[in-house]
Amino acid sequence: MFDFQGYLWMLPTGLQLTLLVGLCALVVAMVLGLLGAWAKLSHNWIARRAADTYTTVIRGVPELLLILLVYYGVPTLIQDVLEGFGYDIVIDINPFIAGVMTLGFIYGAFSTEVFRGAILAVPKGQIEAAYAAGMSRPMMVRRVLLPQVWRFALPGLGNVWMVLIKATALISVIQLPELMRNSDIAARAVRLPFTFYFAASLIYLGITIVSMIGQQRIETWARRGVRSG
Amino acid sequence: MEIIWQSLPRLLEGAWLTVHITALSVVMGLLLAVPLALLRVSRNPLFWTPAYGYIFYFRGTPLLVQIFLIYYGSGQFQTELDALGLWVFFRQAYFCAALTLTLNTAGYTAEILRGAIQAVPHGEIEAARASGMSGWLLYRRIILPKAFRLALPAYSNEVVFLFQATSLVSIISLMDLTGVARVIAARSFAFYQLYITAGVIYLIITYGILFIFKKVEFRLSGHLRDRKDTVLAVDGVPVR
Repeated sequence: MFDFQGYLWMLPTGLQLTLLVGLCALVVAMVLGLLGAWAKLSHNWIARRAADTYTTVIRGVPELLLILLVYYGVPTLIQDVLEGFGYDIVIDINPFIAGVMTLGFIYGAFSTEVFRGAILAVPKGQIEAAYAAGMSRPMMVRRVLLPQVWRFALPGLGNVWMVLIKATALISVIQLPELMRNSDIAARAVRLPFTFYFAASLIYLGITIVSMIGQQRIETWARRGVRSG
Repeated sequence: MEIIWQSLPRLLEGAWLTVHITALSVVMGLLLAVPLALLRVSRNPLFWTPAYGYIFYFRGTPLLVQIFLIYYGSGQFQTELDALGLWVFFRQAYFCAALTLTLNTAGYTAEILRGAIQAVPHGEIEAARASGMSGWLLYRRIILPKAFRLALPAYSNEVVFLFQATSLVSIISLMDLTGVARVIAARSFAFYQLYITAGVIYLIITYGILFIFKKVEFRLSGHLRDRKDTVLAVDGVPVR
């Protein structure tokens, strides 16, 4: 059953792209998450409302539909709008960019909640103490808030990463040759669907296991200065 | 705009498939998850290791891979499945989709239930044991009802995730809400109009599900709320 008929090389090649898409999307998600958390906690009601709408919509719409919307819908939307102004152009989005943007956008909403919780977890007294010691707001954010927010956010961000890396499989529907798409091509070429999908699932499982170990290590490292017991 | 109105009936038909495949998988998944969670909290390694492996596999791999594994993967064993008389089921996309969603949500739900079972206060279990309950009776009367209540918020999230995950069945050619939107969009080139309409329908149903769970949670937590007739609030601070 585990005769890959010379197509095994497609899996590691796909894995590379899966990890690349995942990591890029994670970076986008974290940037959006910090921005979103800042907006949710801001005194400006427009920012608050915008961030609330963002997380509400993302939570209510399936990832697959959002990927299709970004990849097929957004270019046609832009074309239609430009046509209204008298321009006639054709826009194609690169599947890699569409995938990274969509996943980053989706998981940005989830990390918004993670960062919001982490910011609220920093004791208020410390922030007041920072101001009392004469720090300006940016300095307080840099010296007191962010170093602790990272630590509080780590468990949540770990979860976001694990869900995100599995969601990269959905990018295969827009033909990006990542792990899922490559195992699909190989499975069809040699008519061994079970063999290839099962192998792919074990690779995803491996990513999950490595991520879990990595998460534990990073959390221990981040806690090194914290008294316990 | 016109294309949206024209395709709305077909989109709603698709939404109906989405809703009933979700409902079917939620019910079957829960039925599978309860014994799975009980095996998982057992101290006997013969029981908990297989349950742990099952939960780990289904939570650690993408749903899309699972769907492909069951729908396309079963084709590799066509002769064996045919001999067992099971091929008639595995041939159908609907069966495979519902089966995968059930197995998948059972894994996630079992993990939620495990956490909830382990979160039941020791005092309640000790009190039940002191009044002579043990084994199945203890589970049926004390642990499981409490665990279900504790699990409800996390479980409502799981149901919402499953509801949205059903959009993946469109990839194996089922005509659910996403499937219908994809087909009409590909024919009419009205991509964003249809995907946004489908998104709005998903959004409405999602918050409908969350609303129902809120109501259920409220009903089930009646004994934990302050009684209205004995509580007065002064500037938001309750006074008894």
